[in-house]
Amino acid sequence: MTAAPDIFAPRGKPLPQPARVTQVIDSVTFSVALYAVIIGVILYVSYTGAQAMGYNWQWYRIPQYFYTVTEDGFQWGEIAFGLVKTLQLSATAFALATLLGLLVALMRLSGLLIVGAVSVGFLELIRNIPLLVLLYLFYYVLGPVFGFDRYTASVLCLAVFHSVLISEIFRAGIEAVAKGQWEAATSIGMTRGQAYRYIILPQSIRFMLPPMTGEVVHMVKSSAIVSVIAVAELTTIGRNIISDTYMSFEIWFTIAAVYMVVTLILSVGVSMVEKRYAVSQ
Amino acid sequence: MTAAAPIIAFENVDKFYGDFHALKDISIQVREGERMVICGPSGSGKSTLIRCINGLEFHNSGTLTVDGIEVYDGARDILRLRQEVGMVFQQFNLFPHLTVLENLMIGPMKVRKLSKAEAEETARKYLGRVHIPEQADKYPSALSGGQQQRVAIARSLCMNSKILLFDEPTSALDPEMINEVLDVMVELADTGMTMVVVTHEMGFARKVADTMVFMDAGEIVEVAPPETFFTNPSSERCKAFLEQILDH
Repeated sequence: MTAAPDIFAPRGKPLPQPARVTQVIDSVTFSVALYAVIIGVILYVSYTGAQAMGYNWQWYRIPQYFYTVTEDGFQWGEIAFGLVKTLQLSATAFALATLLGLLVALMRLSGLLIVGAVSVGFLELIRNIPLLVLLYLFYYVLGPVFGFDRYTASVLCLAVFHSVLISEIFRAGIEAVAKGQWEAATSIGMTRGQAYRYIILPQSIRFMLPPMTGEVVHMVKSSAIVSVIAVAELTTIGRNIISDTYMSFEIWFTIAAVYMVVTLILSVGVSMVEKRYAVSQ
Repeated sequence: MTAAAPIIAFENVDKFYGDFHALKDISIQVREGERMVICGPSGSGKSTLIRCINGLEFHNSGTLTVDGIEVYDGARDILRLRQEVGMVFQQFNLFPHLTVLENLMIGPMKVRKLSKAEAEETARKYLGRVHIPEQADKYPSALSGGQQQRVAIARSLCMNSKILLFDEPTSALDPEMINEVLDVMVELADTGMTMVVVTHEMGFARKVADTMVFMDAGEIVEVAPPETFFTNPSSERCKAFLEQILDH
């Protein structure tokens, strides 16, 4: 072996270059410029539209809804409380939905006729009712019957609605694990339960994480619907502030931004977890 | 071989997949300590036969008794039976989310209820037996095919099984890795383990088999000691098969 030369010089003739126009269109600079122009046009049109309506922008009044600092000291504002309520609602509903979803998925995969049929029946029932109608059912029908308050009704409704979606994620994740894993687990004498717990479920996590991230984000977003039964979460707070102040543009922009920040943080967080799992496989 | 009691006994066993008759009236016995090699063309039922032994598949009629336990779907002792019968698969089927050591320890710990220390001691012992003690902390995906298959063999050994089943253990391996796996299997055979091996490695079969079995179309066509089997098989089908796989 001879020592490699410091600068590698290919001996073959260079490849033909793409046309000049293609090079320009493919360049990063061009993409960024195009993006900036489009965003600029949208902002300009919105702004002039609002001006033409004679809309009175009052962005300076927004921060007080996040927090205030007075002589009494620091205080959280209404939006902050609404956000906490939204997160609490989503987290509780998601935890319940995950448990219920796992149960439904395992029932469906059990191979037992009646148990499987019950699970499919539940899936079809919930999947074919709109979320809003389901919420009304939980609040106006099941609520009085079982004595739920509006918060409990919201949590249960969201949990049931999302358990259906989550159970499909579990089922797909479990079925994605190679059949040979079942056979290997079985052949060392594991019961079905042990095989699920030690062999199948740990491996299906990496198939389930990406769609689960989507589900968490979906949950936070669909929790906004409980504002129709006046649970004091983010969207309800937004509506209340607007009915007091008429600042609908600023408030809705702000509420949308808060949802976006939360869901983006969740997505980034989970994708970091995903990377860790990908490495350890 | 001495006339030890049969540890595996098939009596008129039939198996169907829908309309397909996979095993036809199988009657055969394996004695304790016997090394049986099963060969035959693909689709002849050899894998099905071996998978019935530990109840990965269930036969439809006839009697199959393994280590004194009758095998059928729903048999109460089927879990206990599987602890006594280890299996090595063509595709290794190691647990990819566990390290090599954890692959070997999970069965003894969760099924045999051994303590972690005991399980680890056993695991390291058998990892040494298959000549890869240094790979203990790696994940299976970091190992070569031959190494993975040796880990799979060690995993079965860790369960302290009385019987080991091999379902084409070298068919998925690159040619240069076949021997390292066969060497381990020969060493195992020397310890007196009862082994039932489905394979086309006739060199290995000659070296270790007490009994050769040839299957075709779901039937057992020929059962003979290796000397007779390779030099003077009684059936034409077996002769034709051997000519095809031994000729080159």
